[in-house]
Amino acid sequence: MNAATQSVIEQVGTRSVSSIRADFPILHQQVNGHPLVYLDNAASSQHPQVVIDAISQYYQKNHANIHRGVHTLSQRATDQFEGAREEVRRFINAGCSKEVIFTRGTTEAINLVAESFLRPRLQPGDEILISALEHHANIVPWQHVCQHTGAVLKVIPITQAGEVDFTAFESLIGPRTKLLALAHVSNALGTVVPVENFIAAARKAGVPVLLDGAQAIPHSVVDVQKLDCDFYCFSAHKLCGPTGIGVLYGREALLQAMPPWQGGGDMILTVSFEKTTYNQLPWKFEAGTPHIAGAIGLGAALRYLNSLGMQNIAAYEQQLLAYATRQLSKVEGLRIIGTAPHKAAVVSFVTKNIHPHDLGTILDTEGVAIRTGHHCAMPVMSFYGIPATARASFAFYNTFAEIDRLVAALHHAQNVMG
Amino acid sequence: MDLKDLYRDVIVDHNKNPRNFGRLEPADLHADGHNPLCGDQLSVTVNMAGDRIADIRFDGSGCAISVASASLMTEAVRGKTLTEFASLHARVHELLTQHDSSIDPVSLGKLGALSGVREFPARVKCASLCWHTLQAALQHETNAISTE
Repeated sequence: MNAATQSVIEQVGTRSVSSIRADFPILHQQVNGHPLVYLDNAASSQHPQVVIDAISQYYQKNHANIHRGVHTLSQRATDQFEGAREEVRRFINAGCSKEVIFTRGTTEAINLVAESFLRPRLQPGDEILISALEHHANIVPWQHVCQHTGAVLKVIPITQAGEVDFTAFESLIGPRTKLLALAHVSNALGTVVPVENFIAAARKAGVPVLLDGAQAIPHSVVDVQKLDCDFYCFSAHKLCGPTGIGVLYGREALLQAMPPWQGGGDMILTVSFEKTTYNQLPWKFEAGTPHIAGAIGLGAALRYLNSLGMQNIAAYEQQLLAYATRQLSKVEGLRIIGTAPHKAAVVSFVTKNIHPHDLGTILDTEGVAIRTGHHCAMPVMSFYGIPATARASFAFYNTFAEIDRLVAALHHAQNVMG
Repeated sequence: MDLKDLYRDVIVDHNKNPRNFGRLEPADLHADGHNPLCGDQLSVTVNMAGDRIADIRFDGSGCAISVASASLMTEAVRGKTLTEFASLHARVHELLTQHDSSIDPVSLGKLGALSGVREFPARVKCASLCWHTLQAALQHETNAISTE
């Protein structure tokens, strides 16, 4: 049975998915002679017209450099940029906008914490705890600080289903642990990590916690105060916003105590050749002219997502996930990698006879965009003993019929490859 | 883009039934190749007779294009001198990468089946990995070859 034959109500809150799709101009095009089916949302999501408009309006009417300018355009640009910061604060329920640092993305946010927060605190033999699920962005920055300080990276193993092993975590966290850095949702497998349990245990042990929220924030309500984490990192471009802009949320007391990471304009109060005094939060960590249009685009994206409701988005995406899991499981020779009971709308899979890379090419000729490869999570691939997977990742603008197109394209691939 | 330009029957056949698959033991020359983008990994072992490739095997894992390309390569280079290999490698490289190439795919025999790859830029590295790896083996390079 496919979507055409069942009575599916595609609805995000009060809005129909077909009306939501009308908000996204890029979705309405032919790729290789077929209507585009975009299932690579975990890599980067698409933009509603309101985000594109916010960015072009800024460039058409309001662009100037921010802060310190006394002329009208500079004030407008500053207001919009700082307004976006307030949108972010509300979206993640941070206590105050000082706790919202704009970065280039999740990766830069993690590097900032690695270099400014953690590195000065580390002694040889200290430990940093991550999980075997992590994206390279939540592995490599810690390896860097380990190399420079003599600290040791410890890895919490995962289970065959792709869940972080809590019992193993309890035995790994200890007096030498100086940070727990965890993915909130796995990009390669879709596993939702029950971070609340990990954070509670880390709190008890006095260990600060960083969450890589890049894959979680597009699919759920994130409340940093409720989570009680110390740092939360995410990127705008997985949230219907632009590339090149992201956010580091940090607890104010920690951010206040941290030294600036990069030096330059905007992050200073006064400069002389003898002494420089630094700006206050959040600007202390925002050296140089930032991605102003990016922040404004992110603000518009968050307003758009709020208008749909993150709860509604999460509920609809879970329906997509359930349907995709069911339909893909019926494809002969297909094995889903990552079978945790609680997942975001991501399905990673391998097929018996066709390499993921060939699948990616063949599906593209059918207009179906998926990602193939190691998904910047090579240790996850090693764990399963596979070089790569094919990954279909869904957003609230995807439909059940698109999942049918994916399945049909997989059957086509099996025919092509004999 | 016609998929059948990429996955021609020869390619599909060599992927399903790779020729000269395995390792020569002992081998005069050996090199490993790796395409980090898609995780393709292959190794090439060669026995020489003077400056001629007397025998060659490959093994590893990869997509259909990389496996078929390696399989076709082993058939094409057996018996070739180092100079003949260099000339063939240059022609295959041109066939894979240049749209305005004047090389007639038919003149390359079965290797001509790879001419569709150039229409799929993301896949050129898959087809060329084995050639770079063999070249490294012939040049006695011991470091693993990477396409990145």
